[in-house]
Amino acid sequence: MEKNIMIVGVGGQGTLLTSRILGGIGDNDVKLSEVHGMAQRGGSVVTFVRYGENVREPIVEEGQADVLIAFERLEAMRYINFLKADGVLILNDIRIDPITVLTGVDKYPENIVEKLKKNHKVVAFDAMKIANDLGNARVFNLIVLGVCAQFMECSKEKWLEVIEKTVPAKTIEINKKAFLTGLNLK
Amino acid sequence: MAKKLMLGNEAIARGAYEAGVKLSSAYPGTPSTEISENIVKYKEIYSEWAPNEKVAMEVALGASISGVRAMASMKHVGVNVAADPLFTASYTGVNGGLVLVAADDPGLYSSQNEQDTRMVGRSALVPVIEPADSAEAKEFVKIAYKISEEYDTPVILRTTTRLSHSQCMVELIDREEREDIPYVKNTEKYVMMPAKAKKRHPIVEARMDKLAIDSCNMPVLNRAEYNDTKIGFITDGIAYQYIKEVLPNASVLKIGMVNPLPKNLIMEFASKVDKLYIFEELEPVIEEQVKSWGIKAIGKEIFTKQGEYSANMLRKEFLGQEIIREDLGNIPGRPPVLCPGCPHRSVYTALKQLKMHACGDIGCYTLGALEPLATLDTTICMGASISTLHGMQKAKGTEFIRDWVAVIGDSTFLHTGVNSLIGMVYNKGVGIVMILDNSTTGMTGHQDHAATGKTLNGEVTNAINLQTLCRAIGVKYVEEINAFDIPALKTAIKEAQKRDTITVIITKSPCVLLKSNHFTTKCIVDTTKCVKCGACLKPGCPALSKNDDGTIKIDPNMCNGCGLCMSLCKFGAITEVKA
Repeated sequence: MEKNIMIVGVGGQGTLLTSRILGGIGDNDVKLSEVHGMAQRGGSVVTFVRYGENVREPIVEEGQADVLIAFERLEAMRYINFLKADGVLILNDIRIDPITVLTGVDKYPENIVEKLKKNHKVVAFDAMKIANDLGNARVFNLIVLGVCAQFMECSKEKWLEVIEKTVPAKTIEINKKAFLTGLNLK
Repeated sequence: MAKKLMLGNEAIARGAYEAGVKLSSAYPGTPSTEISENIVKYKEIYSEWAPNEKVAMEVALGASISGVRAMASMKHVGVNVAADPLFTASYTGVNGGLVLVAADDPGLYSSQNEQDTRMVGRSALVPVIEPADSAEAKEFVKIAYKISEEYDTPVILRTTTRLSHSQCMVELIDREEREDIPYVKNTEKYVMMPAKAKKRHPIVEARMDKLAIDSCNMPVLNRAEYNDTKIGFITDGIAYQYIKEVLPNASVLKIGMVNPLPKNLIMEFASKVDKLYIFEELEPVIEEQVKSWGIKAIGKEIFTKQGEYSANMLRKEFLGQEIIREDLGNIPGRPPVLCPGCPHRSVYTALKQLKMHACGDIGCYTLGALEPLATLDTTICMGASISTLHGMQKAKGTEFIRDWVAVIGDSTFLHTGVNSLIGMVYNKGVGIVMILDNSTTGMTGHQDHAATGKTLNGEVTNAINLQTLCRAIGVKYVEEINAFDIPALKTAIKEAQKRDTITVIITKSPCVLLKSNHFTTKCIVDTTKCVKCGACLKPGCPALSKNDDGTIKIDPNMCNGCGLCMSLCKFGAITEVKA
């Protein structure tokens, strides 16, 4: 598998865990890059996963992502230039206001999804709502990952095996359920 | 052979394990923290958190002198704190191998400056080794120990944020159990008084000269990859990967030992390529030396001294590929914020209401500098809040700092803030020092420290009582107040402002992200009572936002029930419910 994946979101949403599961399904060479420290505190966060024969740089740069996973609408907009022309954006279609919007300094842009759809393939859905229906809002990222899996060459069994190894022991079942919900989402 | 996907920092820890290291000491700091957090998993290595990096370096040096392999790890600015023992450890040399891991932060992901540790190595006359991915990081740690013992020198292993926080496959091999090297008293080597140190200096210079020659024949570290010789690159660290990504056919001299530079190898490489580029992040450390040898090269004329490098830089420069960016209009920024339920938000709300100025420090509470709290006037380095306030008071008089405070975290206070407070007491200073005690080292991901009662490996230990400590130093007025009790905080600050001496106010409330912190309540809004005044929004809690009609809503998934917004609502529109 040769693929560049980029995950963007808001600090605290679980981008790290998601990228680590993605890292686990690699068949040949794989590299991951993460963000720790200050940006994790509610800021805009980015992680990268690259698969290939011999991966060199650990990051995905502008114009190089096959898949852009966005956990929030504004973050999708911020990083859309990283997507290749034929790449796909998988969007958890929710709004989290940055502090600048909360305080009235900035306005949250309107019609983001419509704008992004003009030039890109976009799969948008509200994973938070689905996760809430499953009984745990925190597993929304596994639903998003399940949808992402629809675009990846990796068996369901392998995914579940990696999820089991990566998530906290107490949450294995709900995370698997969330992943499968995403995988089967039409 | 077992293989594992590993963070750069995890691989460095593994390298220490495989190299037979027996002691590790560190102070947490992004991007270095996970080194210790992984070393502690190896029971064969004694590992600890030191109160600061100078202590960590000295502990590791002591272990080395006693005859075992030892490691100290820290972020780049921590190296400044550890510089005193480092520069003289260069003179003493080692007994057991000694490696200092320094994690630089090009791009300032979580730092107050962008300094380049390679220059510290040059200045301290200490070898600097730099890997380009996790697999190399593990291997280079082991090489660093060999060089340390063979050349009788501490060695700096330099990493950067991108390397420390990237993962790639690493081969695991067994630990090399090593006999301790016997300790023999040798005052000529280890007592660095002037007469003895004077004799050590030429030995150190000779060691570095020898290494510069020998490192031309260390192909695992310094490697010339000859391909198309029309252009050649000299590079180090992660920058190497960007060249291989974009220009796989270019010739590359990959420098793994950046201090001292392998001069002869560089001269040879330069003579074989038509056009020579030097591609190094941050300062022109390699470039200036290479140019001083009369070699023509292009470096900082076209490549920046700031931030991280990228493959796209090379695509643009060498392939003429420009990024075409879609214009989607204004995209609001998303700076980091204090978490919902963070006790610092409450403290800053009190300070803001009193219109106070604040000398800040290093930690999550640095975020109090940003809108809407915007309370901080300064942020310099670990411990500086107290001493900068003291400097202002001595320079401009007490009236100048009546409406000022110093704010510092518990871990930062024990790091170097305590020295500043000693200076303030000793010199009859006046001012208000607020220790924002959240019972952890927060920003770096919740490490224990000397006041939490737990060691790095989770053992129960003595917990320094900050109140008792401040009193012992000689501070007469020391108060501990719940960080969420804004009226009490304001009263205490107003009382302290009247005093012509030092007041320490310890605001006590655990970090909201601590696993031991359980929340039993959440806040909800009764929109029929909400008058849309916006008072609850002033502290900038990310869990709060406005409905379309202007009333307030609280995201139940984000709210941690701290009650700060509730305490600010004069209309009873916000109440607490069981979570």
